[in-house]
Amino acid sequence: MRLDQLAAVLAFGLCILSAPASANPVEDRSIRPFKVYVPQAPLDDLRSRIAQTRWPDRETVDDQSQGIQLAKIRPLVEYWGTAYDWRTAEAKLNSLPQFMTTIDGVDIHFIHVRSKHPNALPLIMTHGWPGSVLELLKTVGPLTDPTAHGGSPEDAFDLVLPSLPGFGFSGKPTDTGWGTDRIARAWAELMKRLGYTDYVAQGGDWGSPVSNAMGRLAPAGLLGIHVNLPAVVPPEIAAVLAAGGPAPAGLMDKERAAFDALSMAAKMGNRSYATMMGTRPQTIGYAINDSPAGLAAWMLGHPGFSGWTYDKSDPEKSPDEVLDDITLYWLTDTATSSGRIYWEYGGGRSPVFAGPEKTSEVSLPVAITVFPGEGYQAPETWARRAYPNLIYFHEVDKGGHFAAWERPELFSAELRAAFRPLRQTK
Amino acid sequence: MDTTRTSEAIDQDRRRLLGTAAAGIAAAGAASLLPSQLAAASTSDAIRPFSVSFPQEEINELRRRIAATRWPERELVSDEASRRIWSTPATVGPTQGVQLATMQKLMQYWRTEYDWSKCEAQLKALPNFVTEIDGLDIHFIHVKSKHQGALPVIITHGWPGSVIELLKIIDPFTNPTAHGGTEAEAFDVVIPSMPGYGFSGKPTETGWDPGRIARAWIVLMKRLGYDRYVAQGGDWGALITEQMALIAPPELVAIHTNMPGTIPPEIVKALASGGPPPADLGPDEKRAYEQVAFFYQNGLGYANEMALRPQTLYGIVDSPAGLAAWILDHDADSYALIARSFDGEPEGLTRDDILDNITFYWLTNTAISSARLYWEHTQTAKAGFFDAKGITIPVGATANPSEIYTAPKSWTERAFPKLLHYGRTDKGCHFAAWEQPKSFTDEVRATFKTLQT
Repeated sequence: MRLDQLAAVLAFGLCILSAPASANPVEDRSIRPFKVYVPQAPLDDLRSRIAQTRWPDRETVDDQSQGIQLAKIRPLVEYWGTAYDWRTAEAKLNSLPQFMTTIDGVDIHFIHVRSKHPNALPLIMTHGWPGSVLELLKTVGPLTDPTAHGGSPEDAFDLVLPSLPGFGFSGKPTDTGWGTDRIARAWAELMKRLGYTDYVAQGGDWGSPVSNAMGRLAPAGLLGIHVNLPAVVPPEIAAVLAAGGPAPAGLMDKERAAFDALSMAAKMGNRSYATMMGTRPQTIGYAINDSPAGLAAWMLGHPGFSGWTYDKSDPEKSPDEVLDDITLYWLTDTATSSGRIYWEYGGGRSPVFAGPEKTSEVSLPVAITVFPGEGYQAPETWARRAYPNLIYFHEVDKGGHFAAWERPELFSAELRAAFRPLRQTK
Repeated sequence: MDTTRTSEAIDQDRRRLLGTAAAGIAAAGAASLLPSQLAAASTSDAIRPFSVSFPQEEINELRRRIAATRWPERELVSDEASRRIWSTPATVGPTQGVQLATMQKLMQYWRTEYDWSKCEAQLKALPNFVTEIDGLDIHFIHVKSKHQGALPVIITHGWPGSVIELLKIIDPFTNPTAHGGTEAEAFDVVIPSMPGYGFSGKPTETGWDPGRIARAWIVLMKRLGYDRYVAQGGDWGALITEQMALIAPPELVAIHTNMPGTIPPEIVKALASGGPPPADLGPDEKRAYEQVAFFYQNGLGYANEMALRPQTLYGIVDSPAGLAAWILDHDADSYALIARSFDGEPEGLTRDDILDNITFYWLTNTAISSARLYWEHTQTAKAGFFDAKGITIPVGATANPSEIYTAPKSWTERAFPKLLHYGRTDKGCHFAAWEQPKSFTDEVRATFKTLQT
């Protein structure tokens, strides 16, 4: 036990330091078991910093239009600094098999849960920002153990949940170039290293462009992808949105609704965080790496969180749910490194545009689920235009940007349905 | 008659302060709370002397926080090109923002050698006042020239500036004979802190956009008894000065701006489309076009965030490193200038200049209240920062080579039909009065000389 713990401490230290393994001429391809153990000192330091938070004056409006409201964040941060317990999240992570392997010079942390059912379909699922593997944990049961969650053995998946480079327990790239294409290549290598010859990929938020990139790359073994933030906005609509013009004539109802949602989001400034990290991730990094309140507000500023209450009335969106995620960013010192994925993508652009995402090059089967609380609801007409091989398109009635986190059962049911045809081709 | 009443009010307040040393001590407690505390004791349009003082505990606490900084890892780009000043945007390579090495030098100096008390003494030595305008306490420095017939000028700072960026020009303006000028070039200087900045009150309601600040400045000058004056500004100060010119009260005879809004409507349209410069532009116009396009494309992150989500920036109120980095990253050339001063190659600004200003933001806890000006502007703005706005009163404009854009003479002449003066300096970035007080003074004198007879 003591030795285990020591190893875990070392592993933690190692991943924080992220020694560049690329220094070795031959990359170590081993897959090392990993456990999370955060020493007490950083936890104490976090509490002490929270207790000393220096607050600004209150916003001058009665809504969210100037950003995260003081009366909303202050109690959350105060709870964070007192009653909140990181060890629960740590135990949750450590209840799952975690590993580390070095790919393309960066240590990649991942959770790997094999189903007990034979012929389970391997699935690599990618989180986004300001998320982490934590946003995906509730799907582990339904996806790997479907019979305990209203499914049949034929619905089973072997699940691989990597932490993006610069996120969570993965290493931090020390060179540029870790955009979605390079991540996609790393994920293909990861699945190969795990011995999977037939698998599927899924993602929301940054996980979506990573999955699109895997679809374009079409590595051996990849059967298809599912995305819940699809890149379906056609070029002519993107041009109108960029110019801030009115909706073009002749749009169908759902197209018009999607246009309006994207246009409104731009006007309301919902993507200002992305512009900042897309152009100056380092500049904002100093504040959010040094101030817990600053980090919490910055992460909660993502529109995916805007409808959340954090008041325990909704157990799916309780303070602990989000604080686990925020604490993970804090403890792994990844506020700055995670923001760089926006910089790599360029200038804070949104990954919902079919043109830059080159969706026409995704020849593999693509499945899409549209969640009603997502930033925009992809219309089927656009989806069919964008993805030449769309095998599944479904609109559901619940769930938002963090679909797997908010509606794990529904989300899992969607993945089962979406990937069912691909199992038959195995 | 306004003049008499106001002077009496000032005298009364001065006597009150001299009579009660306690008021000064109370002021030391919480500078930003002071105005509202005193407000109850005086009539609403009284001009009250203001005493600058900060408790030592706050300085100690700042040092403690600096020492406890939790650093991010280094940026992933070499960023060498961003150290060049007086360069064209095209030479500025990829950047991820303020570099770790610069920040660490800054923070080291801030924690160990930097001495705020020098700046505090400098502020304290100036005649500081507070008066309530439109429901808000406005702090201002008011220095009268010893010369008869000095022309009153109200000078407005910007973001991330403060009254500190204007301190170097007070003496040249009010005491010209000691700075290569003549008596006729003397100014009475009024330097207010914008609402939410420095020692001014923090608005608790919305609506304090540049137009409202301009109206408050007109009230301020009237309250000081000035019936013929000029106005000057850069950055937000330029926008507020332009707003004053648009209101055009009869007392305001001319303005000078070192960030003139000159972009003609057809160029505004071309820039919005994101396309290349129109083919018919002259060399200066083409360069200006490229500067603005570069800024819109690469440099607006901070402005966007403050315009759309100022309150979300809790980190810059809680973290000295966060605040310093946020303030350093204003525009590419200014950042290069500042970074160099921490590398031992000061040009225009010293390390103390930079830290005086940052410390002032920290001690007054105004990082977010100041940012709200961007939000307010977004609510009501009819034109972009650099667009021509239809000013018809006399204007002097200075185009600095490393300003966010160098206003071409052709656009400036079109934007301001009564152009008193157009000047181009050899060097100077965004903070002209702070970096190049000499050429700044020359430019302002050149603009207003015909009005100073």
